[in-house]
Amino acid sequence: MSVTQTTSLGGAHSPAHEEHHHESPTPIGFWIYLMSDCIIFGTLFATYAVLGYSYAGGPSPKDLFEPGFVLIETALLLISSVTFGVAMLRASAGQLGSTVNWLIVTGLFGAGFIAMEIYEFNHLIHIGAGPDRSAFLSAFFALVGTHGLHVTFGLVWLITLTVQLKIHGLNEANMRRMGTLSMFWHFLDLIWIGVFSFVYLVRII
Amino acid sequence: MSDHSNAHSHGTMNQLMTGFAMAVVLTLVPFALVMSGVEMDRTLLIGIIMGLGGVQVIVHLVYFLHVNSKVEQGWTLTATIFAVVILGIVLAGSLWVMHNMNANMLPMDHDALMGGQGIGLSPEVDHSNMPGMDHSTTGN
Repeated sequence: MSVTQTTSLGGAHSPAHEEHHHESPTPIGFWIYLMSDCIIFGTLFATYAVLGYSYAGGPSPKDLFEPGFVLIETALLLISSVTFGVAMLRASAGQLGSTVNWLIVTGLFGAGFIAMEIYEFNHLIHIGAGPDRSAFLSAFFALVGTHGLHVTFGLVWLITLTVQLKIHGLNEANMRRMGTLSMFWHFLDLIWIGVFSFVYLVRII
Repeated sequence: MSDHSNAHSHGTMNQLMTGFAMAVVLTLVPFALVMSGVEMDRTLLIGIIMGLGGVQVIVHLVYFLHVNSKVEQGWTLTATIFAVVILGIVLAGSLWVMHNMNANMLPMDHDALMGGQGIGLSPEVDHSNMPGMDHSTTGN
């Protein structure tokens, strides 16, 4: 019974599907990881939505957030997302040197974003608006901090991959890594849209 | 031959630049609205900012992440839709439940409601209520 099942399954499915593509299960697996990550961010957004108005007598978003500052952060992250897209296209075209250069540019923009975020956090903690001040600030630091941690680890990955590209070139494994890091990086920019809209802008008006 | 549309398609330069242009517009408009301090109904402004954010998320998904019904035989899109449904439940559910809790529980703090337990709790509402727990020990 089981034999007939496997043969019928194999006969019916494999040839038709392999016509398209399916070299590696990694992209879809990584996408499912990203979607679960998305739900982590969703819970943090929900936490911010619930606690965002509990100031405990402390500062409110209007006292703390500067739209111009957030706009520059947003620009840095969006540009880094586009430069990664260019790096990805260069990699697909087999241009190793150009790929590495665009990855370095991406890394610099990403590092600029993280530097600004560290500056902001440091400033907030310095003026007594740290995560221990109010439920609003706890939720803010948890959400934006988690995003920042993701970007930081993305940078670590980006540096690692750049070194690997320099050593091994654009082989199949490195192309797969480029593809997954590309998804990760664009995904973090996507989450940031929610952050600048929902965490900053809506609360400044 | 058609390397681009193949595998986990990485799109084209054209797609990338289209997405970039749209993202720039969809970012600048809400920032401009907030920074110019435009006179507008608050709820409408919040709606516009969140709406444009939602559109930009879709732009990113389509032009940067290349989510469509063909990639991975549609499983990417399926996983995305599933995640969006879960997100909707988490966000709407949290807000709904917590709003309900707030609406039903908070009046206990105001002295308008003089419940038996409320007497011991009401004085420390005026203080910043974070570490104010030590006051209520007398109630025990």
